[in-house]
Amino acid sequence: MNILTLVRQVPDAEARVKISQQAVDLDGTTLVVDGMDEYGVEEALRLRESGASVEQIIALAIGPKRNEDALRTALAMGVDRAIHVETDEQFDAVTLSKVVAQVAHAENVGLILVGGQEADWDSQALGAASAERLGWPQLTWTNELKLDGETLSGRHDVDDGNESFRVTLPAVVTTQQGLNEPRYPTLPNIMKAKKKELRKDDAASYGLQARVRTVGAEIQTRARRNTMIDGKDPQAAAAQLLELLRNEAKVLA
Amino acid sequence: MILIVAEHAAGKLGKATLEMVTAARESGREGPITVLVLGQNVSAIATEAAAVADQVLVADLPQLATYNAETWAAAATQIAQEGEAHTVIIGGSRSGREYAPRVAVKLDAPYLEDVTSLKASGAALQGQRYTYLARVTETVEAEGPVVVVTVKPGSFAAAAPAGAAGEQYDVELTLPAPRVEVTGKSVEKSSRVALTEADVIVTGGRGVGSPENFSKYVEGLADALGAGVGATRAVVDAGWRPYAEQVGQTGKTVQPGAYIALGVSGAVQHLSGMGKSKNIIAINKDAEAPIFKVADYGIVGDINEIVPALIEASKR
Repeated sequence: MNILTLVRQVPDAEARVKISQQAVDLDGTTLVVDGMDEYGVEEALRLRESGASVEQIIALAIGPKRNEDALRTALAMGVDRAIHVETDEQFDAVTLSKVVAQVAHAENVGLILVGGQEADWDSQALGAASAERLGWPQLTWTNELKLDGETLSGRHDVDDGNESFRVTLPAVVTTQQGLNEPRYPTLPNIMKAKKKELRKDDAASYGLQARVRTVGAEIQTRARRNTMIDGKDPQAAAAQLLELLRNEAKVLA
Repeated sequence: MILIVAEHAAGKLGKATLEMVTAARESGREGPITVLVLGQNVSAIATEAAAVADQVLVADLPQLATYNAETWAAAATQIAQEGEAHTVIIGGSRSGREYAPRVAVKLDAPYLEDVTSLKASGAALQGQRYTYLARVTETVEAEGPVVVVTVKPGSFAAAAPAGAAGEQYDVELTLPAPRVEVTGKSVEKSSRVALTEADVIVTGGRGVGSPENFSKYVEGLADALGAGVGATRAVVDAGWRPYAEQVGQTGKTVQPGAYIALGVSGAVQHLSGMGKSKNIIAINKDAEAPIFKVADYGIVGDINEIVPALIEASKR
């Protein structure tokens, strides 16, 4: 059985995001592997290290040429090989799931790991949409995972708390904080990763057609009052804050 | 028709359902607003829904006693197809955003995810959504015989009853057997108001100092104000508080009337979860903390002195 891990490249959280011509412009922005996806890469490696029968761990990225960096990071962490579906066009998650499903079929994948929420487009849809295209069950927001033969068990967050689950592979799992602590690639592994296979696929062969258009983008910040209260006299500061919250902001009774 | 899949819990219609009805009314899309209620023993919920909808479809079945992504997706898809819905609206809860993509794939429909606004624009349906850790607002649109939408909780006002109550109809469904076996469940129990529904939230960061201080100051102030309790990732990672309380990119997204941040520095990942709050109040002894840049009201001072004074003063 092979595991497929999806790797997205997103702006570093501290990086400035700029807009040009009604769209987010990432030129010159520091890009990193999406942290949520890193949990997925790490978990794939740990499942194999824990003795699960995993032949290969494959990382998949879909996007512009610079995504090679994200795949090299995954390879340096320990993934066996990578597939890059190179495209400069932006696709929504439901459309991208077509690529995931086709690659999963072609590569004899039994488990897909993907980040629970993208740090760029804030979508949670890629895992679920991929599962539906494959006809597989899915577990979202997973923070504990164990693989015993074909049985996957673990724990994940739901609307009103968390659930323990059991499911038979194949399945899609979306990952999140708490699942593990991703490893840093070591220098020898970074060197080794350069020799690993990074296959390029032609995006056109996957028959993608974007269904969601982005027609505008703006950096929106709410104007804040920025009223500063002197904290040297705690009683006076507390009284003043409560007075402002009650009578100016009108948020307290 | 516009199909809304109801959110409900503990025998009551969720506020999210009323918000979705407003989204449907504001969208400018034509046709009756239809609410689909999935569950078991849901007649009271269906009656609540009928007050705001043109019609209510009820599937009251034992197989629907607990939520399951595959079952819910199959049910919503079947009703959307039979009713020839052109718009399917699902809540932006964790579960909603989990099964909505499956509905979109089943219907071969475009999917507008987690929108904060919704309006018809020619043949297309247009919505806004927050992206890039909530730093950017993007406008997106899609068209098709049917479009699937999830609506971000708290973005629309709750719908008030309009005219006569809608008719209720029972529907029959062909449902798949769930493949995920739930072997245990832990429900977040809190005597306090739920974070995503709270109008006032008191959140503590590492600057609070210790788990004991968190109880004393963050929970103490929350109780004095009838507020929900939140925590930053650093506090959760340190094991002071449960993950359920985490606000931010990897935790919950909230937009209360007042967000009171105690000892919170204001990392981008935290701001992405609370930056849309109507009023942000920051108390921190570090005058350089980034949280002050987004605060409506700020006090540079010692939590140990200011919070007890606040608790005392709020009782008066």
